[in-house]
Amino acid sequence: MTSPALYAPAPRGGLRQRLRRLADAAVTPLDLDDVLDVFHPLRAGTGESGLRGRIVEVRPETADSATLVIKPGRDWAGHLPGQYVRVGVDVDGVRLWRTYSLTHGPRRDGCISITVKAIPDGVVSGYLVRRARVGQMLQLAQADGEFVLPDPLPAKLLLVTAGSGITPVIGMLRNLYSRAVAPATDITLVHVNVTEDSAIFRDELRAHAAAGHLRLVERYDDRDGMLDTADLETLVPDLDERLAYACGPAGLLDALEAHHEARGLDLTTERFRPVVLGETGEGGTVSFASGQVVDSDGATPILDAGESVGVLMPSGCRIGVCFGCVLPLQSGAVRDLRNGAITVAVPGETGPEGIPVQTCINAAAGPCTIKI
Amino acid sequence: MTVITKQDVNPTAHLTPEDVEQLGVELDAIRQDILDARGAKDAAYIRKVVDVQRKLELGSRAVLLGSALPPLWVLGTLGLSVAKILENMEIGHNVMHGQWDWMRDPKIHSTTWEWDNASTAEGWKHSHNEIHHTYTNIVGKDNDLGYGIMRIDEDQRWHPFHLGQPLWNFINACFFEYGIAAYDLELGKNLSMPKEKRSDKFRSDLSKTLKKIRKQATKDYVVHPALGLPLGSTLPILAANFTANLVRNLWSHSVIMCGHFPEGVETFERKSIPADETRGQWYLRQMLGSANISGSKAMHLMTGNLSHQIEHHLFPDLPSSRYAEIAPKVEALFDKYELNYHEAPLPQQVASAWHRVVRLSLPNGFLATTTPKNLPAQAKLLWAMSTKGPKIRRAAQARLVQLEKRQKAAQAA
Repeated sequence: MTSPALYAPAPRGGLRQRLRRLADAAVTPLDLDDVLDVFHPLRAGTGESGLRGRIVEVRPETADSATLVIKPGRDWAGHLPGQYVRVGVDVDGVRLWRTYSLTHGPRRDGCISITVKAIPDGVVSGYLVRRARVGQMLQLAQADGEFVLPDPLPAKLLLVTAGSGITPVIGMLRNLYSRAVAPATDITLVHVNVTEDSAIFRDELRAHAAAGHLRLVERYDDRDGMLDTADLETLVPDLDERLAYACGPAGLLDALEAHHEARGLDLTTERFRPVVLGETGEGGTVSFASGQVVDSDGATPILDAGESVGVLMPSGCRIGVCFGCVLPLQSGAVRDLRNGAITVAVPGETGPEGIPVQTCINAAAGPCTIKI
Repeated sequence: MTVITKQDVNPTAHLTPEDVEQLGVELDAIRQDILDARGAKDAAYIRKVVDVQRKLELGSRAVLLGSALPPLWVLGTLGLSVAKILENMEIGHNVMHGQWDWMRDPKIHSTTWEWDNASTAEGWKHSHNEIHHTYTNIVGKDNDLGYGIMRIDEDQRWHPFHLGQPLWNFINACFFEYGIAAYDLELGKNLSMPKEKRSDKFRSDLSKTLKKIRKQATKDYVVHPALGLPLGSTLPILAANFTANLVRNLWSHSVIMCGHFPEGVETFERKSIPADETRGQWYLRQMLGSANISGSKAMHLMTGNLSHQIEHHLFPDLPSSRYAEIAPKVEALFDKYELNYHEAPLPQQVASAWHRVVRLSLPNGFLATTTPKNLPAQAKLLWAMSTKGPKIRRAAQARLVQLEKRQKAAQAA
């Protein structure tokens, strides 16, 4: 007699898990993912920390901007037009993280794209615009951000963008007008740039305007002077009827917010985080994630500062040799007491977990936060 | 060697404190040059080594599935041995030193790396990075001087137990990774104390290490042999894994012996190290306490660039691939400050290290005072020193040292 239970197939998850455990046991101290990464870094199942993408196209836009088309790993969860993605880029061997707006809606080929404007002294943006090559791998986080159009769309829309502030908006427009049925929304786009040459997506926007998709108002500082919010009413007569979205430098957004608030109008903005390298000085307030805070001078190692207020700091040789005291710097700046080298962590700009630093030879160079 | 402070001529006697500090400044400059230069090429190098190592290990293990055929066994075992050596030496050891932390890649980082070895990354980082690299060659502080089972320095007191140290050393070489694990745990010290006195830290470290050993052994001696069942290669795979581990143990043991044990490498007295040792003084100690191996690029790679032990000890956190480049500059500094840059080919350094192990298995002065003529008398003396208790031992030891001194004086005259 056979027991039916004996022949019942093992639940799929159970078998998979057992196989996975076996595979892990065969490659310890690595796990299966480490091995699969060697052969197929874009496979499904890489997990959040392993999500990567491969650059499949680098297309120059203007003299100092370029679009990167990226094939993301299978675990990419998709995005809404207008959202951004955090990208980890190895520049001169060092992994640096930055945030860029996605410049396409979801594409049929599954690729995503970002458009990057090289800012002066911008380490990452300069690298992506001028040195990134097809085939290179990037680290990715999942898409995020609230700068998305409502569903259903309003009857009338105002989009105000300045400089690279066009990047989330172009994603929205491309998405809207790649649909089988074009939306009935009446869109006005005020696109501000310093000069006509530096206007990213200028021709594509003009094509949209020519096709009747939107009314395009081009403003160039060198020709028209800086945009004053008071001008807006002349440029967009039916301003009050339009749901407004704006993206650009802080100055413009602040002015717009004040302007719209005074009129009781809704405005959604997307702020690009300025790359603040922080005020680096001598010493500063060191905050530990465990709660302690201490004012430390520029000569006291973080390790000593932490111990002085009772933080249970990991430690070792205390001379910078053993790497037994390494903790993540979450924000702020520290200075290597041996050679003066500064390490800066900006939340959102540096790695998700902060930058691990040796606490025994680094001192505060301004306010900083240490995770422990 | 005798600790430098007890030698007839201290090899650092000609250096003023200012010299030592200047030396530190010049070494710092060499370090800074590399910090400024390291970049995409270095990152590509370590990623390449990791990539090659993983493919080599997988490929070798795949070949071993067919190792019922002897040629495949040889090929697979060779590949696996090389892969295991690369994993420990050029990758594991150096990643755990933080040499690649600057890349900010969490996958190649001292805080996350675990290696293919019986000892845990955590235990290794403590005993090696912290204790050995900080207190290099300080007798009584750096346990790497003989690993607590051998007498590697004249200033370690002789005990009859040491007569067996050539044998202990050989056994330690064969099972080196377990030796390291035991050593990281300070197993000898902890086992000799009553159970209830052992610290919680020891207990937790011990359980972590046992877990690690179990996982390692399961991989090499259970899972992979079992995968060979369908092709009838279970036993050959088992033998291949054992052989590869043995080869790596012998190799890494030899390389590490060459780093600090060859004759002529200096050791230091605990009390001669100031509490506030300056950077220059620390550098100087590292310079004198290490020895290099000369040889081909392949040899350097297989030693994890520990063949550049002097450069490694001066700059343990610089990428290993850069040691060859700075070696000439470091050697020039040795010349400038009239210090002995200790370098020799592998066979020579291994022989020298073994010579020291054998020589110091006997009491100080014993070999030097032994001639074919007095051999029976000397043997009798050694027997007495080994069996008649510490008093006789001390007296005999004093006599031997005195004899050796007289002998030397006579020769000099």
